[in-house]
Amino acid sequence: MADKIIKKADLPALLSRLLDHYRVYAPVRHQGMTNFQEISAADQVDLSHVNTTLSPKSLMLPQSESMFEFTLDRTSDQVGVLREIEKDFSPRIIFGIRPCDAKSFQLLDLNFDTPTYRDPWWVKRRQSTTLIGLGCNDPCSTCFCTSVGSGPFSTDGLDILFIDAGDEFAIQTVTEKGEQTFSKVEIGAEGSNATTDAVLSVQERALKLMKSAVHSKNLKDQDEKALFEADFWDEVQFGCINCGVCTFVCPTCWCFDIQDEVHKGNGIRLRNWDACMFPLFTLHGSGHNPRAQKLQRVRQRFMHKLKYFVDKYDVGVACVGCGRCVQQCPVNIDIRHVFRLMNDLGA
Amino acid sequence: MENPYLPYPVRIDSVVTETEDRNLKTFKLVFLNSEDREKFIHRAGQFAELSIAGKGEIPIGIASAPTEKGYLLFTVNKVGVVTSALHQMESGDTIGVRGPLGNCYPWEQMEGSNVVIIGGGFAFTTLRASIVYMLHPDNRKRFGNLTVIYGARTPGMLLYKDELVAWEERDDIHMHITVDAADDPNWKYNVGFVPTITQETAPSAKDAYAIVCGPPIMIKFTLPILSELGFPPERIIMSLEMRMKCGIGMCGRCNIGTEYVCKDGPVFDLAHMSRLPNEY
Repeated sequence: MADKIIKKADLPALLSRLLDHYRVYAPVRHQGMTNFQEISAADQVDLSHVNTTLSPKSLMLPQSESMFEFTLDRTSDQVGVLREIEKDFSPRIIFGIRPCDAKSFQLLDLNFDTPTYRDPWWVKRRQSTTLIGLGCNDPCSTCFCTSVGSGPFSTDGLDILFIDAGDEFAIQTVTEKGEQTFSKVEIGAEGSNATTDAVLSVQERALKLMKSAVHSKNLKDQDEKALFEADFWDEVQFGCINCGVCTFVCPTCWCFDIQDEVHKGNGIRLRNWDACMFPLFTLHGSGHNPRAQKLQRVRQRFMHKLKYFVDKYDVGVACVGCGRCVQQCPVNIDIRHVFRLMNDLGA
Repeated sequence: MENPYLPYPVRIDSVVTETEDRNLKTFKLVFLNSEDREKFIHRAGQFAELSIAGKGEIPIGIASAPTEKGYLLFTVNKVGVVTSALHQMESGDTIGVRGPLGNCYPWEQMEGSNVVIIGGGFAFTTLRASIVYMLHPDNRKRFGNLTVIYGARTPGMLLYKDELVAWEERDDIHMHITVDAADDPNWKYNVGFVPTITQETAPSAKDAYAIVCGPPIMIKFTLPILSELGFPPERIIMSLEMRMKCGIGMCGRCNIGTEYVCKDGPVFDLAHMSRLPNEY
């Protein structure tokens, strides 16, 4: 239930106050697409989108990130020694993130923040960020978050949830971090029964609009090798052109490459997004490639999300149902169809 | 927070060309900072990422034993960008080491057992580390019979020749060195492929573990022989290779099914491997 309400007309004032204390990232419309960007003024924000074209993963895992710097100057006593690069980890807000995308960060924590190793950049960005979500009043025809453990108003992974209730936003504070954030801006009023009714009615309407669902309950019990060797991969991969757009837009695709770049005797080591769709991803120095064939690469992507991840972490699939891959795939490969094939194998 | 991507700076102390084709060199590395040296505690079977600023990183098995203190050995085959650059480097140059990474051979489990080591070509590096470790006076009595079958294409392609000769002369290790072919009339060891020599020497599977590292073709023909000799899949130990970047289970490329070779491996027993998808 709502802890507070804020009139929509007061949103610019709220964002301005947040900007006094935080770096703020929010959906901004640019060249026909809405994506998350750092804002400097409240009027840059555009909340008219269904969801951003790209997932907000780049805010935690930049598409290209410098890791270390070094000199190749042989007269320097530091030649060849890598040094960490200073970065800005001051407090920031991601405003307007959808619940599905917030859940993706929780899933990626399992990969980047482990008992053995902690990815320092991922962990520091997570720690310094407050997530203010925006519930989905109008889910898209490709959305299926409700069948993968999230939902249009799920608070999983969020610190604060905003729900559009007509003339006002109903605000639900989820975590202590969220509470602290809100105490700094001192804005909003107590909610009324009318707000509660309005929230319930948008929530009910959104769930009715949610037409897509996937089945995943058998995935854990399916035999890994039987799924791996299933005949249907030939059909699934047939049209794939290995363009990698599914991995590019996916909030739970985190694979990366590490490369060195040198300019005039100074260099950086950086990491860039990479994708299992590309043959170079797994090419050995010897020339051997365990995933040389397109079928092997397509299978890897779906097996990773819907089987290996399920078996490794036991928290469900590595998919939050945002539907971006379904929308963007140039040959209409539909992960909802692959869910069914994998879940129903042998049934 | 410790940054697991940051290599320790090390100095190349010496470079030894191991093979007649000059494609394999052993690099002896010493840490620039003593606190890094103390932090780097490895076990035989683990690997590390060697880092050359401006070129990148490569995952290489650690060829020195944990009992060899104060330095690390890596034997590197010249293959790609980083290994070629490394082969151009000389003693005194600075590179980086990140690790130790991955799991090791199952030393606790193997304690008290006989150990059969089967290696081929340049995959003998972590096997050398294992042999040196087991032969150390503190450790030798913790293992039963030690048998080594090691083959290369020619006598000139064998790694660590001086040590092989020294081990031949010991009575607490049974050495079976072999080559595919030798034109040296004075060659006094075996001629034949590793699987053939394994069949001929027929090491007993009783209370024994077999550690097998080598090219895929050698593994393919050696595994059935070990099974025939009575080695159960749980006691056939292998070390896998994969293209890697992060080395810590995060970058996503080296998986076989659920397992990341860099973090969950590189050492797997045959029973475990047979449960994984056949994609390596």
